[in-house]
Amino acid sequence: MKKVAYAVILGAILGALDGFSAAYEFGFGTKVLTLAGLSSIKSLVVGLAVGITAVYVRNKGVIIAVGTILALVFAYLVAAQPDPDTGEKYYAHIMGTGGLVGLIVGYATAKYSEERKMAS
Amino acid sequence: MSWISDKKIERLRQAAEVPDLTGTHYRLLERVAHGGMGVVWLALDEKLDRRVALKVLDVTGEEEARILAKLEHPGIVPVHDVGRLADGRVFYAMKYIEGDRLDHHVSGIAGVPERLRIVLRICEAVAFAHARGVVHRDLKPENIMVGPFGEVLVMDWGVAEVAGTPGYMAPESTRDARADVYSLGAIIGFLIDGRPVGRHVGKPLRAIVEKATAEDPAARYKDVQALAADIAAYLDGLPVAAHPETWLDSTARFLQRHRLAVILVLAYAVVRLLIHIFFGA
Repeated sequence: MKKVAYAVILGAILGALDGFSAAYEFGFGTKVLTLAGLSSIKSLVVGLAVGITAVYVRNKGVIIAVGTILALVFAYLVAAQPDPDTGEKYYAHIMGTGGLVGLIVGYATAKYSEERKMAS
Repeated sequence: MSWISDKKIERLRQAAEVPDLTGTHYRLLERVAHGGMGVVWLALDEKLDRRVALKVLDVTGEEEARILAKLEHPGIVPVHDVGRLADGRVFYAMKYIEGDRLDHHVSGIAGVPERLRIVLRICEAVAFAHARGVVHRDLKPENIMVGPFGEVLVMDWGVAEVAGTPGYMAPESTRDARADVYSLGAIIGFLIDGRPVGRHVGKPLRAIVEKATAEDPAARYKDVQALAADIAAYLDGLPVAAHPETWLDSTARFLQRHRLAVILVLAYAVVRLLIHIFFGA
């Protein structure tokens, strides 16, 4: 279960950071917390999926792929919602870095899983 | 007056060397090697129908076999039996290891980390013996066997005083545990330089070898565990005691150890920057 907790916490933190940096793109304002919160929840769910995958799968590539693909899917779902003020959609802003966050969470969890296996 | 040829003398010498195993349950098969303190033969244990390494000692004491029998460790060749020949010489039967000597085996190992993991296994066996008051005194690649399944066994424990082997022998006359540390350092040196590994070996590893093979025993690692800990730290990408780091070394080691994570974070920053440039609000 440590792998799941590790992936969830890492996902939540990186997601929040990604949300804050995305908010910077739009300009600081009332959206900051909403964006950071949404991004954090999105990456938390990705972290959960990655952590569960790491429990059952040893292949590093599969764990990373699950993180990246899920993060892209969630980022797409978020990006598909238009900005309520401008009506614009920010695919590149959200999916570009969102996918990378999923990749980082996947890689870090796979690495953590590998180290735990070597230590035991 | 007739002269005896060298060939005949050699044949007589070999005949005299062949032990008479009458009254034992062993049958000689072939001569394997001449180790410290005696000759090692491959023999058949007729009672158990298995092959054993039979060491016939040049001396008459049974002390070596008795001490070795107490060293029960996966990295030390186990002694099965001890006995005495009709001529008074002592022999003991050990497990026969079918494998390669380290000096032969090493050419098939490409990476320095794999070679160092073998050294760690040797260290475990030697540290175990030291904890029981036994010093090897003649550690060298020729005395280490690597089995077909990767098992590493230290052989030829010269419990009695032996001369040692130039290149692996500590310079001091008293041979204690630190003399074995010296030999282990020399073995690492052999493993990283003795064969063309064809790659750069970092300063920390050089420092480990230098510390282990210091002329002054007091400047060496205090024991084999300390040497093993430094090797393990090197393999894990951690700082080693033998090589104090500058901040530059620490940074380089951190980047080397976490290079993919660093690349990912940099990639994130680059993507974020590109988005800002091309799709900025």
